[in-house]
Amino acid sequence: MSELLTSPDTINALFGGALIGIACALLFAFNGRISGICGMVFSLMATRFSNNIWRILFLLSMIVGSLLFHGLTDTPFPVAPDTSLPWLITGGLLVGFGTSLGNGCTSGHGISGIARLSPRSMVATLTFMASAIACFYIVKHVLGGSI
Amino acid sequence: MKQSIIAILAGLLFGAGLAASDMNNPERVQGFLDLFGSWDPTLMFVMIGALIIATPIYQWLLKKREKPIFASKFYLPASKLIDTKLIAGSAMFGLGWALVGYCPGPAIAALGYGYTDVYIFVIAMMIGAKAHQLLKKQS
Repeated sequence: MSELLTSPDTINALFGGALIGIACALLFAFNGRISGICGMVFSLMATRFSNNIWRILFLLSMIVGSLLFHGLTDTPFPVAPDTSLPWLITGGLLVGFGTSLGNGCTSGHGISGIARLSPRSMVATLTFMASAIACFYIVKHVLGGSI
Repeated sequence: MKQSIIAILAGLLFGAGLAASDMNNPERVQGFLDLFGSWDPTLMFVMIGALIIATPIYQWLLKKREKPIFASKFYLPASKLIDTKLIAGSAMFGLGWALVGYCPGPAIAALGYGYTDVYIFVIAMMIGAKAHQLLKKQS
């Protein structure tokens, strides 16, 4: 257990998580906004441009922030998904439809929602975690393979 | 203007945090979902790191302040309902998340890496959301 807690992966995870937590706290404290990424992306297709300037700035900065981290720390880019084209598209459709129907994803429900102590977000987080763990189990250990 | 600077700063930190914790790596995320195989707890530590910071600050703000520093109000989700939509939507999201290893945040952050697969995933995600928005309008 102590080995796990002091492994570089764990320390990087806690550090990266803390940066995400600070980002969510800043956006809420100053602008009063929840850091829900899917909500931001989907609002781009639902409300007019002048309402969405902050969302576009946040999302573009997020892309730049990841690139800056890799550049400044000389860390290679992570791999691309190892999913065949039909399942890649199916996955994207499910994530888009599901997070729009359920009003949130890992960031909006999982971090901002839990930080607000919202029962709704806690139920959502437990639901998508359980469904993802079950789906992954079936794909990997029952169907036995890559999809 | 002031709100734009905060949005940029928060976006940069969020993106750096995703990259630092390796959450932009679909294999890492799927490792977390492989609870009954070779489980990788990294995603759990990312959530712990984020919540340790965000929870006390959110709670303090909601209890002690009427409004945020640069805006006229806290924009909180209107619904408090735990209903079929919440459960069905979250369950669908979980399926797609497991199939590919991306949730919306890392999928957007990974657009900068230049992989065609990421563009395809994000376009499919937007189509899925648009389909739901259109269905909602009809009902």
